[in-house]
Amino acid sequence: MAAVQETVDRVKAIDVSEYKYGFFSDIESDKAPKGLNEDIVRFISAKKNEPAWLTEWRLEAYRRWLTMREPNWARVDFPRVNYQDLYYYSAPKTAAGPKSLDEVDPELLKVYAKLGIPLQEQEVLAGVVNPERKIAVDAVFDSVSVVTTFKEELSKAGVIFCPISEAVHTHPELVKKYLGSVVPTTDNYYATLNSAVFSDGSFVYIPPGVHCPMELSTYFRINEQNTGQFERTLIIADKGSYVSYLEGCTAPKRDENQLHAAVVELITHDDAEIKYSTVQNWYPGDSEGKGGIYNFVTKRGDCRGANSKISWTQVETGSAITWKYPSCILRGDNSRGEFYSIAISNGRQQVDSGTKMIHLGKNTTSRVISKGISAGKSQNTYRGQISAHRKATGARNFTNCDSLLIGNACGAHTVPYIESKNPSTQFEHEATTSKISEDQLFYCMQRGLSAEEATALIVNGFVRDVLQQLPMEFAVEAQKLIAISLEGSVG
Amino acid sequence: MLEVKNLNVSIGGRKILNDFNLTVQDGEVAAIMGPNGTGKSTLSYVIAGRKDYTVESGEVFLNGVNLLELEPDVRAAKGLFLAFQYPLEIPGVATMTFLKAALNAQRKQRGEEELSTPDFMKRVKESADKLGIKSDMLKRALNVGFSGGEKKRMDILQMALLQPSFGILDETDSGLDIDALRVVADGVNSLRSEKRGFLVITHYQRLLDYIVPDTVHVMAQGQIVRTGGKELALELEKSGYREYVTEQAVA
Ligand SMILES: Nc1ncnc2c1ncn2[C@@H]1O[C@H](COP(=O)(O)OP(=O)(O)O)[C@@H](O)[C@H]1O
Ligand SMILES: [Mg+2]
Repeated sequence: MAAVQETVDRVKAIDVSEYKYGFFSDIESDKAPKGLNEDIVRFISAKKNEPAWLTEWRLEAYRRWLTMREPNWARVDFPRVNYQDLYYYSAPKTAAGPKSLDEVDPELLKVYAKLGIPLQEQEVLAGVVNPERKIAVDAVFDSVSVVTTFKEELSKAGVIFCPISEAVHTHPELVKKYLGSVVPTTDNYYATLNSAVFSDGSFVYIPPGVHCPMELSTYFRINEQNTGQFERTLIIADKGSYVSYLEGCTAPKRDENQLHAAVVELITHDDAEIKYSTVQNWYPGDSEGKGGIYNFVTKRGDCRGANSKISWTQVETGSAITWKYPSCILRGDNSRGEFYSIAISNGRQQVDSGTKMIHLGKNTTSRVISKGISAGKSQNTYRGQISAHRKATGARNFTNCDSLLIGNACGAHTVPYIESKNPSTQFEHEATTSKISEDQLFYCMQRGLSAEEATALIVNGFVRDVLQQLPMEFAVEAQKLIAISLEGSVG
Repeated sequence: MLEVKNLNVSIGGRKILNDFNLTVQDGEVAAIMGPNGTGKSTLSYVIAGRKDYTVESGEVFLNGVNLLELEPDVRAAKGLFLAFQYPLEIPGVATMTFLKAALNAQRKQRGEEELSTPDFMKRVKESADKLGIKSDMLKRALNVGFSGGEKKRMDILQMALLQPSFGILDETDSGLDIDALRVVADGVNSLRSEKRGFLVITHYQRLLDYIVPDTVHVMAQGQIVRTGGKELALELEKSGYREYVTEQAVA
């Protein structure tokens, strides 16, 4: 036990206090008054100059929310959130309007540079910097999008990639048609709250037959104190189109908990495909469980068209509490849903995450690969639902759900729900729980690897199937993140 | 040179090594033979630094460096290699990745440059060819789904690559058929040198036909009870370990 114990101790000593994105940037902000009521909802809507239909849409959601209760079925435990003690809108003062990089407050650009986020559009366009592949970035700082790169180049291909607050004005027909069509305003407590107060997020539309010419990505940064973060992302892949989208998130270290309740809606029409990847690295709190983000997120994809495909890949290393179930509604015949997940918990983190695959169409298929890694005193739960509708003839699912424990003080749990109303469905579920054995560690160390290197190597082996699903540059980032969140071999 | 001095080791309150003494000179191949359960693997694990054991007293020196205070990875970087009786499986980690990580970790500890990928590949390929290890095996996860014999060959490959100053082979012959035994023994023999010592632990004499030792020690009840030349192995093959076990029990 000793070497494992030592690893655990080392992890304990450094873990979350090593969070390297924990800096706070002193950037002047424009905030709504604290608390939540109809006036605040109107305030947010007015700030964004929204049309009346959207203000009404928000208000309806708000009224609905007042009648709802927080869900309590997840295996997470935390003090109640006082929703009147939060700010629901915060924007960097200088952000109003700048839509090209040279207009952006240099202080803000510095923040993103410090986070290692590639906003260098000019250099790439001018050929100064020549990355292997171009990535268009939408950078969201607290409640607003501060810049979106490569917009023009994308628009040549007919791709719309912009903050949702902008899309409301430039493409109202698309927003009106699709917003809330996958996650309705009545869906669940956090999604309904989001519908009332959502701040910003990305909007993507890929026209028929277009293979999006570059990766799209959004980086979310929470900076302000006591501010809820409520992004809304909407991605539509029209017939026969394809897009790969990446999402990254960080937040400063704070002693208070911060609420993050996002909604992501994906829609694929016939023969279209969306590949959505997340590297979630919100501040996880310190090793005693103080501070950290409450990450209560609703992500859902609707394979509306035949032969369409939605694939979710997530690497979850941050947040104090994670409540998140990226799902697929497999409505179109022969449509396919995939969920690949690595969820790492350490310190006192609590993760309750998984997926729902809802088979409605004929010959729909889904695949779920989940790798949970628990260390420290954390709790890590996989919760997954696979269901088949009466008409879902020939539906198939394969689920593989592996848990790895590091040390003796953490927990791993698997909660599968499987239901089929059609006799022809084939659902397979495999689950394993293992520990990094003392023998494996000793073997690696005998060959020269330190305890930390050995742990990282074994964990990387454990998550390999999922890492392979990530776009290359994110896979490298994720691998580093895994090392950091487990050992503190920073850098 | 490996020196084990007055080593007393217990596990769970049970004494396993009993005032154990052993010296293996540079370039010497020493064999330890003895009945099952007498503490041979315990000895190798304690030298390599596995933590389950309580070292009550004694010292272990490798080339004058006291090993007992050091972490296993530091001992490895100082030149100690242990071929395991049961090599471990590391799922998802390609053998090649593991080999490179291990070699570079040792080089880093010794303050040496990392090996370039082409140099590394060349070295691996040379050693792998000698041991009849095919390149597709190097792409598979380390030891996962390997046969017993393949795992042993993989351990010898690692030894060849890491070029330790001292190698301990714990029951490397177990699970090997005669052809594999020959290949493994050739691998070990080609690593013999004036500088490099070996401790070959085995239950059977058979391995020692192929890796011919300079010295043979008989171990029973956690001690060396007899020492001789290579002919001692043949004698043990005939008479077994009974006399040593009973002798100890009576005494
Ligand atoms: N982890 C352990 N816990 C308790 N007893 C052990 C452990 N490892 C070895 N032993 C005991 O120590 C003794 C020596 O074992 P070992 O060193 O494996 O012997 P050998 O290699 O000579 O067969 C045996 O009696 C064995 O049961
Ligand atoms: Mg043994």
